[in-house]
Amino acid sequence: MTATAQPEAPAPPSPKKGRIGSVEVLAGLLVLLVVFRNPLASLISDPRLQTWTTVFVSVLVQAVPFLVFGVVLSAVIAVFVPRSFWAKALPRHPALAVPTAGLAGVVLPGCECGSVPIAGSLIRRGVTPAAALAFLLAAPAINPIVLTATAVAFPRNPEMVVGRGVASLVVAVAMGWLWLRLGKAEWIKLPHRPDLDGMSRAQAFWAAVRHDTMHAGGFLVLGAAAAATINVLVPERWLNALAGNHLLSILALAALAVLLSICSEADAFVAASLSQFSLTSRLVFLVVGPMVDLKLISMQAGVFGRRFAVRFAPATFVAAIVVGAGFGAVLL
Amino acid sequence: MNRQAQAVIMLLFGGAILRASLGDTYLRYVKEGLRPFLIGAGVLLVAAAVMTLWYELRSRRAEEHDDGHGHHHEPRVGWLLLLPVLGLLLVAPPALGSYAAGQAGSVLTAQNADSDYPPLPDGEPVDVGLLDYASRAVFDAGRSLDGRTLRLTGFITPGPGGEPTLARMVLSCCAADGRPIKVGLAGDVPAGVAPDTWVQVTGTWAGKVAKDPVNDAEVPYLQVTGWQEITPPKQQYE
Repeated sequence: MTATAQPEAPAPPSPKKGRIGSVEVLAGLLVLLVVFRNPLASLISDPRLQTWTTVFVSVLVQAVPFLVFGVVLSAVIAVFVPRSFWAKALPRHPALAVPTAGLAGVVLPGCECGSVPIAGSLIRRGVTPAAALAFLLAAPAINPIVLTATAVAFPRNPEMVVGRGVASLVVAVAMGWLWLRLGKAEWIKLPHRPDLDGMSRAQAFWAAVRHDTMHAGGFLVLGAAAAATINVLVPERWLNALAGNHLLSILALAALAVLLSICSEADAFVAASLSQFSLTSRLVFLVVGPMVDLKLISMQAGVFGRRFAVRFAPATFVAAIVVGAGFGAVLL
Repeated sequence: MNRQAQAVIMLLFGGAILRASLGDTYLRYVKEGLRPFLIGAGVLLVAAAVMTLWYELRSRRAEEHDDGHGHHHEPRVGWLLLLPVLGLLLVAPPALGSYAAGQAGSVLTAQNADSDYPPLPDGEPVDVGLLDYASRAVFDAGRSLDGRTLRLTGFITPGPGGEPTLARMVLSCCAADGRPIKVGLAGDVPAGVAPDTWVQVTGTWAGKVAKDPVNDAEVPYLQVTGWQEITPPKQQYE
């Protein structure tokens, strides 16, 4: 869409003062956008493109409060909570710290976009990565808001709420323990954050907020664009062909949860409306969605590094399917 | 990207969120309940932008050092935040309409069947939501609808055979999970109404039910007696 914005590339050779900085590029871009506003608007009059834009904007608008909340909380952790606090709050032994951190996720109502920067901040402050990852997976999946939404969406199947809560917690803790056994510290590469030492507390706080907003926010935009594309391109009738087969329906809904990237507060309603699918496959949908989806993978790659994301996301995906299907077979 | 540019982008992003949530635009994308949180997030983004600029100016005055390139990897991915700014301020896409309604199956499932359906309020005609009409018609066998004149508001979307169907999108969180609720129209229906036209339809319970080919959900019909095109309401979702 912004293909008109060429002039950013040629950074003039070297003259000392007349350098084109990013502010100038930004100003130029904005002028171009305002000038070409009408052609741009008519460009998206196609219904598909229009639906894409609506879905893209709405995923972002929905996520913004959670993103900002998560970023502010992670800046508070980075600046105001002393390192010694975590040593006291979590059990010394990492294997015990994992379930504690997972349970801590239960009390924090939040969406997945907020928990990524928070988990990053926890690792920076010396929390063992395994515990931070258990928190990362548990927080969006099993907080009170999400469980209430699930109960409302499935008024006749209270066992869905139980299944979702327990299965999600099991996956989160299992992934934490798995990290303890197999994880390598060098897979996690936290982005360089400006040095916060030597700043006043207020300055450090705002510097952390700025950095994380730009960083996590940018990856959120990528994820939202991907989710909107899937939303427009994959018509629902393709799914019906798969609903009849047990195994296929589980895999189909697990994949759909990853691709749609719906926020965890809403996915229960979507699951309820996929009524042609079995309850077990819908439980898998609810367990996978808050833990692995396009926007999360994008944000995890940004916050923890690509080498982390390519290992962690598929492993979580498999664990969530296995545990979700197992609980579904027993409970539903 | 240097810090001033980041501050400008945050300012624009926060400003766009504030503008959408202080007006009615946000209703096209999310539920009404999110509004206070959107305003809070917008204010925080603007505050972060202002504080960043302030510290930048102050440190520049204090040190006069060559800021420029020396400094470390500022997140380049942040440029992407211009896209939602563009989307919200310049384009402001409309609420989901008939294209999205055609893509997905009607949202009516046994899950939203209630145990009791209280009598409709007084008034002739009485305004009924599409989801309410459909669940009363399908799960309560139309008992509470029988003998009443009803008025339904929605947009037109082509049905499986191209015939006009009344629809409305139902949101549970944001437009990404928006799904249509569909009501078939029987009787005196004008032909050739463009999709996405908003109409107010008066009629009675038809007692006829079809299946949505997309997901096999039941689509009840309304016997149409009156028909009026209207401008789209402020809250287009149900």
